[in-house]
Amino acid sequence: MSIGKLSSWGRYPRFPQTGHGIGWRSELPGELARVSAEHGTLLPFGNGRSYGDSCLATSDQVLHLRPLDRFISTDWQTGIIRAEAGVTLDEVLRLAIPRGWFLSVTPGTKFATLGGAVANDVHGKNHHVRGSFGCHVRRFGLVRSDRGRLEVAPGDADGLFAATIGGLGLTGIIDWVELQLMPIKSSLVDVVNIRFDSLDEFFALSRELDGQHEYAVAWIDCAARGASAGRGIYMVGDHAPEGGLAYDDKPKLSVPLVPPISAINSVSLRVFNHFYYNAAKPGRHPGRVGYEPYFYPLDRILHWNRIYGPKGFQQYQCVIPESAGGAAIGDMLDAIAAAHSGSFLAVLKRFGDVASPGLLSFPEAGATLALDFPEHGDATAKLFANLDAIVRAAGGRIYPAKDAHMGGEFFRACYPQWTQLEALRDPALCSRFWKRVTQA
Amino acid sequence: MKNILIVGATSAIAAACARRWCEGGARFYLVGRSADKLRQVADDLSARGAEVHTCELDLNFLESHASLVREAFAWLGRVDVVLVAHGTLPDQKACEQDAELAIREFTSNGLSVISLLTHLANPMEAQGSGSIGVISSVAGDRGRPSNYLYGSAKSAVTAFCGGLRARLFKAGVNLTTIKPGFVDTPMTRGLPLPAPLVATPEQVAADIAKAMDAGKGVLYTRWFWRYIMLIIIHIPDRIFRKMSM
Repeated sequence: MSIGKLSSWGRYPRFPQTGHGIGWRSELPGELARVSAEHGTLLPFGNGRSYGDSCLATSDQVLHLRPLDRFISTDWQTGIIRAEAGVTLDEVLRLAIPRGWFLSVTPGTKFATLGGAVANDVHGKNHHVRGSFGCHVRRFGLVRSDRGRLEVAPGDADGLFAATIGGLGLTGIIDWVELQLMPIKSSLVDVVNIRFDSLDEFFALSRELDGQHEYAVAWIDCAARGASAGRGIYMVGDHAPEGGLAYDDKPKLSVPLVPPISAINSVSLRVFNHFYYNAAKPGRHPGRVGYEPYFYPLDRILHWNRIYGPKGFQQYQCVIPESAGGAAIGDMLDAIAAAHSGSFLAVLKRFGDVASPGLLSFPEAGATLALDFPEHGDATAKLFANLDAIVRAAGGRIYPAKDAHMGGEFFRACYPQWTQLEALRDPALCSRFWKRVTQA
Repeated sequence: MKNILIVGATSAIAAACARRWCEGGARFYLVGRSADKLRQVADDLSARGAEVHTCELDLNFLESHASLVREAFAWLGRVDVVLVAHGTLPDQKACEQDAELAIREFTSNGLSVISLLTHLANPMEAQGSGSIGVISSVAGDRGRPSNYLYGSAKSAVTAFCGGLRARLFKAGVNLTTIKPGFVDTPMTRGLPLPAPLVATPEQVAADIAKAMDAGKGVLYTRWFWRYIMLIIIHIPDRIFRKMSM
């Protein structure tokens, strides 16, 4: 089940991966032993939604777990489900929504797998209420090259539970996950969109309203400069109290091929951002929308990552601690606007202080900013170096799941607990990311 | 609510079909060789809301077919859908050196299907309704040097199904002969297949569900295999014998 090569979502850096398909859980120990004997190390691979090189094996050999997509058990009284690691969040929603349940935490794509969601300890628009994905994982199965098959629950003596949540797939192959879902009365979301003109205004809105709503996030016009810098739209949402429980199965658009050059450039960016901002009128505007457009706007367009052309793109996501305030975010937006770069979907959110069980988990209380940048070689590297300096000075850190550039010394300073993960790493597993940040 | 019998239920194509049929509500009688894999497929379908019964059986044991059909009808009551999907992908080179192996593979892919359908046809005919899908293969359209043992078994299945379809049609039972081309499944893993011609089990399952609903006689899946095979069967033998496809 691995015809053709696999690549990361950002398609940068370009290291095509050879996938060894796993159709049954029983094949895992054998395949892990066989591929590692042949190639030294390898890595598990889900549905290819990690942006950077954390999903790329140093050997370019991966166990492809997407075909491992069976549900094992479901309890619709308690909302506890157990499923194989290759099941996508979309496949969970397909079963859960009609029965009145939703993912307790969902990232901005429903095409991530359960294994990937655990390995990257993903977060969503309700981090300030429910923490990260790992906060809702009850237990999981892990297959290690040195210890065989394990069932891992919170508080295990080895510390494998904590190390695996946000562990970037390095502690063993996650083969199933048991998850606590969240009850909903409707698949619709009540939203309020509020336009803001400055970062100060955003932080004031966030402090006033985040606590009153399940979901809160902001879109930032990263092309705006001068007086309009820091403008954007703050969006809060809550699952509607009524309106039906419908799984959304609308047909999708698709980007069928990679255009010869990136469709994202400084002109298309300014035009889009200008119209997007001005489409929202001043004031507070309530509405009711389906969960799909609310949580997964980009999933409507299959293969949207291709619009960045053959060179691919990088995502930059950092978190700036609450204590450092909003100044660093402003400095970053200035640097991005000055570089005439940035993305349609620049996202700003304030994380809450719900602790993750994960050892190397990314979220911490503070403001997180995420933007996509078309890959432009030196120009991108220079901009990222400027952004890194701002993040470092503010005591912030970068999200490994999205990263393809962070220096090893920067990573080790931000994540000193990396040595504990290294000690628990399965000797047969290693990623290009891990090699880059621990050995360079 | 549909009552569905699937033989070879752990095959990737069969499992993908079963998931599709779950959505309208279904009761499944699943037959397969590996108890462990059957249980995993059954758990998945149960989670999707289906009622499932499993039966562990090696279909090469032809004497068991009569009781299998009897028990499936007893558990399901009316049988709305049957999918016959079991099979192997024989090692052609090994079959050329070992006649016993060749016969065993011919039994797995050809005779066991013919035996099972013979037992199944009578109660389906008596029931006077239902739809049977039988997974044959494009390989049965012409014997090719790279897999003629497999091809000959599937050829027997295709011919048998052609006749049985015409017989059952009069009783109101449909039979669809399903001819998949390359499909990305554990069975084809490791084969150097040309990526543009390879379908996913989900695509093939969608084709199968649609064809069986429509009462179609012969299904090529994906659709372009009809034309690929049309060309292959018309290659003159004096040229064909020099080829090694």
